[in-house]
Amino acid sequence: MSLLKVENVSKRFGELVAVDNVSMTVEPGELRAVIGPNGAGKTTFFNLISGFLTQTSGRIIFDGDDISNQLPARRVWRGIARTFQITEVFPELTTRENLRIAVEVAAGYRTKTWLSGNADGEIKARVTDLLDMSGLVEKADRLVGELSHGDQRATEIMMALALKPRLLLLDEPTAGMGDQETYDITQLIRKLHKDQKLSIVLIEHDMRVVFHLADRIMVLAEGAMLAEGTPQEIARNEAVQEAYLGKAA
Amino acid sequence: MSERNRALALLAAIWAALILAPLWMPLLGGFTALGTRVLVLGLAAMSVNFLLGFTGVLSFGHAAWFGLGAYGCGLLLKFVALSTPLGLLGGTLLGGVLGALLGALIVRRRGVYFAMVTIAFGQVFYYIAFQWSSLTGGDDGLRPFYRQPLHLGIAVVDILHDTTAFYYFVLVCFACAVAAMAFILRSPFGRTMLAIRENERRARFLGIPVEMHIWIAFTLSCFFMAFAGSLYALVNNFADPRGLHYSQSGDFVMMAVLGGMRSFWGPLIGAAIFLVLQDYISSHTENWMSFVGLFFVLIVLFFPRGVLGLIQRKSAS
Repeated sequence: MSLLKVENVSKRFGELVAVDNVSMTVEPGELRAVIGPNGAGKTTFFNLISGFLTQTSGRIIFDGDDISNQLPARRVWRGIARTFQITEVFPELTTRENLRIAVEVAAGYRTKTWLSGNADGEIKARVTDLLDMSGLVEKADRLVGELSHGDQRATEIMMALALKPRLLLLDEPTAGMGDQETYDITQLIRKLHKDQKLSIVLIEHDMRVVFHLADRIMVLAEGAMLAEGTPQEIARNEAVQEAYLGKAA
Repeated sequence: MSERNRALALLAAIWAALILAPLWMPLLGGFTALGTRVLVLGLAAMSVNFLLGFTGVLSFGHAAWFGLGAYGCGLLLKFVALSTPLGLLGGTLLGGVLGALLGALIVRRRGVYFAMVTIAFGQVFYYIAFQWSSLTGGDDGLRPFYRQPLHLGIAVVDILHDTTAFYYFVLVCFACAVAAMAFILRSPFGRTMLAIRENERRARFLGIPVEMHIWIAFTLSCFFMAFAGSLYALVNNFADPRGLHYSQSGDFVMMAVLGGMRSFWGPLIGAAIFLVLQDYISSHTENWMSFVGLFFVLIVLFFPRGVLGLIQRKSAS
């Protein structure tokens, strides 16, 4: 069974059709890239999947269940985690605290006022695992707001990962990063996909990243789906070259 | 000094000062009853800050729950039972439960809108207390009622006439309330409050139902506030509609900001400064509020983290 099925979803803001009748199917373990020129509706499309916005028409099926009208928190509980184009972290808390909050919420402790020694130990161990995986160990006790853009981005991805998602949505994970940072984040995403078999959908502008990572690519233009296929197919597609790649080249 | 040691030193200093207050305050020209007022209004400011500083939600009508606590305690002592603990319980429940009910209606509002709605609720209760003279005494306030001696099984403590005994009674109540607050703030739930303060969008997309958590934090804050209000009725043997007024809410917010709203103890320090200034300046001029206001403006302009924030920053560098 497909993990995510988006069926003929549209989103209108008054006269503007931001997402126009788009469908997409993501299989378990797949890494799907969504590309397109600025204003193509990529982020709006993400916002519909994650519940940040509600679609005007169409349906979203996750793991066999219709989640079209569920609140964001409920979609998170089902296993959809996301990051944002503009990094969203808890700036005046440390990296460790940022991760700890995510781990505690994922463990179902969000309304607890007390943790047993055992539970506390498990939470701490999980936070340490995430810190190790992200390479943020030395920065664990610094305020996230003081870290570099790349490290903040890595923290946000680790927070999403702390939720043990079944589907991870990454909105331009390398936006605004230097070459080294882009490389590090790309390696991290690749590791999550290859080693942990995590299903990922990512929006990305950097074509090196897209063609390096993606199993399949969907191209949006002016809200509608222009093409879909493997990286090789997309690279050969003339409509795509005209609308998007041609301009970049 | 490491951060942990500094925090422990601050904690020890605050508790030593509070426990020994009846000894050192008279030496500096103070009096024990002033210390009692600092504890009670400090607890109220800490309750406001539980929401403002740790959840990032500004209520500008929190005096409503404070005043309701005072009336609840006073009415119980006057009409129902001559028992100090029952009075405290009744006042806390009245303010807390009403806060929980009304809070459920407003948790979707944010920022200025939230503040405006809380002012409106506060004023509703102010006018009820003001107009319903037959029950509340109207503008003259609710009286007469008196705090009752405590029956501890082996001994009876006369907290009505012995101001030192009353101070320690209030200190014990204060200690229980702030211990509960600290306990909550250090828990997973407390960390979700910080998460909402820091970044509501991130909190929501971690799977925290933000409105529900704000409502719980608001409700807890109302209970703490009503508890402080009940104690205030015992301090004065009197409950007054002005305790519900939005200017009283403003005073609490001022105390919190003055002392430092990102620190746990800041509002207590803020309340102490506020009350000492009030006590000292008002004996010289009736325009004491102008001076407190000026002091407040200076603090906000130059030390936005408040007095305690300033001290902590200094010792950190």
